[in-house]
Amino acid sequence: MSWHWEFLFDDPGGAAPTYWQWLFSAWGWTLAVAGLAWCVALVVGVAIGLVRTWRGDDKGWAAGLATAWVELFRNIPLLVQVFLWYHVLPMLLPVFRHFSPFLLAVMAIGLFTSARIAEQVRSGMGALAKGQRAAATALGLSTGQSFRYVLLPQVGRIMWPALTSEAMSIVKNSSVAFAVSVSELTLFAMQAQEETSRGIEVYLLVTGLYAFTAFMVYALMTGIAAKAKWA
Amino acid sequence: MNQAMNLDLSFYTWGLFHDFILKGLLFSLTLTLVASVGGTFFGTGLALMRRSSVAWMRITAATYVNVMRSVPLVMVILWFYLLVPFLIGKPIGAEWSAFITFTAFEAAYFSEIVRSGLQSVGVGQTNAAKALGLSHTQALRYVVLPQAFRNMVPVLLTQTIALFQDTSLVYAIGAYDLLKGFETAGKNYGRPIEVYMMAALVYFVICFALSRAVKAMTKERVGAA
Repeated sequence: MSWHWEFLFDDPGGAAPTYWQWLFSAWGWTLAVAGLAWCVALVVGVAIGLVRTWRGDDKGWAAGLATAWVELFRNIPLLVQVFLWYHVLPMLLPVFRHFSPFLLAVMAIGLFTSARIAEQVRSGMGALAKGQRAAATALGLSTGQSFRYVLLPQVGRIMWPALTSEAMSIVKNSSVAFAVSVSELTLFAMQAQEETSRGIEVYLLVTGLYAFTAFMVYALMTGIAAKAKWA
Repeated sequence: MNQAMNLDLSFYTWGLFHDFILKGLLFSLTLTLVASVGGTFFGTGLALMRRSSVAWMRITAATYVNVMRSVPLVMVILWFYLLVPFLIGKPIGAEWSAFITFTAFEAAYFSEIVRSGLQSVGVGQTNAAKALGLSHTQALRYVVLPQAFRNMVPVLLTQTIALFQDTSLVYAIGAYDLLKGFETAGKNYGRPIEVYMMAALVYFVICFALSRAVKAMTKERVGAA
């Protein structure tokens, strides 16, 4: 076989004038899905993780609800969750009818990841020495203050490697957005392969961009850790 | 137009389950079983290669594992679906392609588990085995691997549950799995909303029950130790 890259300059007959421009717009969508979903995941995941560990004993109705949240989002395949957001939720809750497929995919991937981050927060808190919380209380700090000044800074540092791999996972997981026709890299790969019959070239480019993105995320997270002098 | 009012689950019957869902469920379970057993087998091979004293074996295995782990599973599924027929010279169905893909993909993930399992067995064990006159292979076979596998079982099972969830991604190549079974039933009965809810429920029950079982097992073993 031989390589044929000329197709990159052909006109796919859609919104983008050439295949390579379509490829980069698809990469942009992948970054947008992964980036926004990461924000949702971080905010919700840390909040749920805090609720679960606030009292320090995993009991009470709030912690119970938070645990239910984690179990719900952890035990349903991501693709099925994407379909639930896309097909089911707009029917049950009319407000979601105003959400684009892009936003629905972001919510699905974000909340799926939030459950995993909540687990990391919990196991991070579990890894802290028991005395930390008691010592903070003994110094007269409120629960909020001890989280803010004593517990969270340490948990952040403990969680960082796991958080890094979670951030790299969300880039990969953003690929399921293809299933609701978000024009990201995987959908580009499927459509361009079909149209151009240059499957290997198309897949190589897309795979390379995914790997490159994951590497950039890794470099960014490691860079932050280095700046904070954690590594 | 509030469809929430007419959610109708009465069309779920044994006949529907038998005609549409069962075939998909069996495929998803078989795929999980084949890929976890195959993945453990090849994953152990990869993990041993990474500890090899031969440089090219270490590099090959490490490259394979790192490439597989940096690519979305959906893309791996698409790659194999494209390449396997090309390599063996004739088309294979989406289902067969899925078996090959998941085994190859999971081997990379399982190899990391096996690798840390092997690391969890102290170097003293190997030394002691050698002092007893066992060869390198014998030490691995009778002393190190059995202990490593014992330590790995909970993580292997957890990964297998994740694998079961991931099998739904064969959607990308149209293989008939559990999710596809529900989707097909929904199309046939004109009930697209309800089938996705049922699919979520079935996946949830299976995964939740399995993860509880793994947790209970781990606790029991920690208690026994």
